[in-house]
Amino acid sequence: MSALIELSNVTKTFGHGQASFQALRGVDLQVEEGDFIAIMGPSGSGKSTAMNIIGCLDVPTSGEYLFQGAHVELLDRNQRALLRRHYLGFVFQGFNLLARTSAKENIELPLLYRGESAAVRHKMSTAALEQVGLTGWGHHTSGELSGGQQQRVAIARAIVTNPTLLLADEPTGNLDTTRSHEIMQLLRSLNEDKGITVLMVTHEPDMAEYAKRSIEFVDGKVESDTKNPALDRTGITTKSKDDQIDQTGVIQGDFNAME
Amino acid sequence: MLWSSFLLAIKGIRRNLMRSFLTILGIVIGVAAVITMVTLGNGATQAVKDQVSSLGSNLLMIRPGTRMRGPRGDGTPDFKLDDVKAIREQISRLAAVAPQVNKSETVVAMANNWSTSVTGSNNDFFTAGSWSIAEGRKFTDAEETAGQAVCVIGSTIRRELFGTSEVLGENIRVKNFSCQIIGVLKSKGTSNMGQDNDDIVLMPISTVQRRIAGNRDVSGILVSVENESDITRVQTQLTQLMRERRHLTDKEDDNFNILDTRMIAETLSGTTQVMTMLLSAVASVSLLVGGIGIMNIMLVSVTERTREIGIRLAIGALEKEVLLQFLIEAVVLAGLGGIIGIILATITSIILSQVMGVPYTFNVMINLVSFIFSAGIGVLFGFVPARKAARLNPIDALRHE
Repeated sequence: MSALIELSNVTKTFGHGQASFQALRGVDLQVEEGDFIAIMGPSGSGKSTAMNIIGCLDVPTSGEYLFQGAHVELLDRNQRALLRRHYLGFVFQGFNLLARTSAKENIELPLLYRGESAAVRHKMSTAALEQVGLTGWGHHTSGELSGGQQQRVAIARAIVTNPTLLLADEPTGNLDTTRSHEIMQLLRSLNEDKGITVLMVTHEPDMAEYAKRSIEFVDGKVESDTKNPALDRTGITTKSKDDQIDQTGVIQGDFNAME
Repeated sequence: MLWSSFLLAIKGIRRNLMRSFLTILGIVIGVAAVITMVTLGNGATQAVKDQVSSLGSNLLMIRPGTRMRGPRGDGTPDFKLDDVKAIREQISRLAAVAPQVNKSETVVAMANNWSTSVTGSNNDFFTAGSWSIAEGRKFTDAEETAGQAVCVIGSTIRRELFGTSEVLGENIRVKNFSCQIIGVLKSKGTSNMGQDNDDIVLMPISTVQRRIAGNRDVSGILVSVENESDITRVQTQLTQLMRERRHLTDKEDDNFNILDTRMIAETLSGTTQVMTMLLSAVASVSLLVGGIGIMNIMLVSVTERTREIGIRLAIGALEKEVLLQFLIEAVVLAGLGGIIGIILATITSIILSQVMGVPYTFNVMINLVSFIFSAGIGVLFGFVPARKAARLNPIDALRHE
């Protein structure tokens, strides 16, 4: 079976002429279904740009982008929007919830664009709230929720449509350490329990440790691509925080021992 | 898609109640101000027209004095009764020819006195001035010829001097003679310029000439034409006749002037039309200010709206869905504002026109124009920034600062 995502020699240039800036200088990347990838790298390395292109929020300047074997770079605006609607979910650093809108309405928004009925929307948004551990918080507006809760709502909105791929751009960037680990656990359980492929941009090594695979960007190119980096450290750093993590830590420890 | 966009638009309005309220307010003020001012202005113009036409229709007024000198004082001679006779004999198809002498006098009856205008004329005056008799009768030929002390009074005189008691056959004293009341005029009410039409005492012209003025002058002649289409012909003939009778050579200007009531009407309503235009201009400013208010609100919220559009695009909304949503939102707000504005303007205009005593008419044109204008601004400034945002790459819309 072919990979979920295949980037080959993707470039992205911003601006024109002298003022132009090449953010991506030929990226090759394959993402298998069910993977959990952390994209790392210094500022300006092109990691977010690559993420936006994979998420169809932006278009590559050149190169090929295959999503489930389909050439995304040949799609028009509307087709890209439909791809986002049916296959992708987004989580942003700044949460990006609609202001003065209840959590439930935020979560139901993608369903509205899918044309789901009110009954279906209610059922699915309730289930999504439960998945992110916010049962009963649906009527609160984003202003009434803490940062961690807002990010959970954003995740619920991203997964309410059962996307194939969840894209998270620095999902813990605006959160403190405790909340960050909670969010990462949530992403991990979505990946493991629901089989959602997760692609996450982060610059915090602690958070990258939750991923199954780590990709490092430097100067618009993939510098390194490692599987299961520092799995045992995940267990150690979070051992005192949560029993659940403790267990996964043990599993990962076993993995390490095999190597 | 239309329904879900409509749903989203309503949700958008509900979420941004303050912004929606201010947008509507801007439109309401603009629409209401323009409609109210123009409606009242038109009402005033109509009122003036009605007033002038109540002076009498198809009426020409001949007065001594050159046209441009305003009130007399240039020594031009008055008319005589012979002039009246000549007009009646030499010009055809006239409904009435009424000579006029006006004197300000104090009239006394039943220990009350009242300062009024005593007019001397003949029975043609009733026709020319569109007067009718409420009680009693007009003058007899004998009374006119002999200059007897009889009079017909206006309803104001009756009220001020006699209250509610019977007046026919009673006497009023003017200067040093007593005058018997033979009739009462039907009330014409107060003119819009605040002049009381009913404040009048009418006597045969010879009575006024002999007993009050002490000369045989006629200070003006009212000529009423049978058909309106004859007015120009009659005016030309009158000019010729009067020039002959006043022995004017070709080089001399007219030392009298002929006023056409239609012209007075046109002049006066022209004045109020200028006022209406002025009011409309002032009102247009409020329309503009309202419009600028809407622009402000929309532009201030453009960052938030752009980000919101970015979010919508990111989670899979199509460009046209976003556009439709914001278009519906703008149309609903602008339409609502326009309708509220029209309702407010209608209520205000009806009340104010009652207070000002001018007729109220619903002007479809101005309602339509101001509605379209301000609703147009609302839609334009609600929709254009949204369209700009929806055309961005979703990531650029999301990162809009």
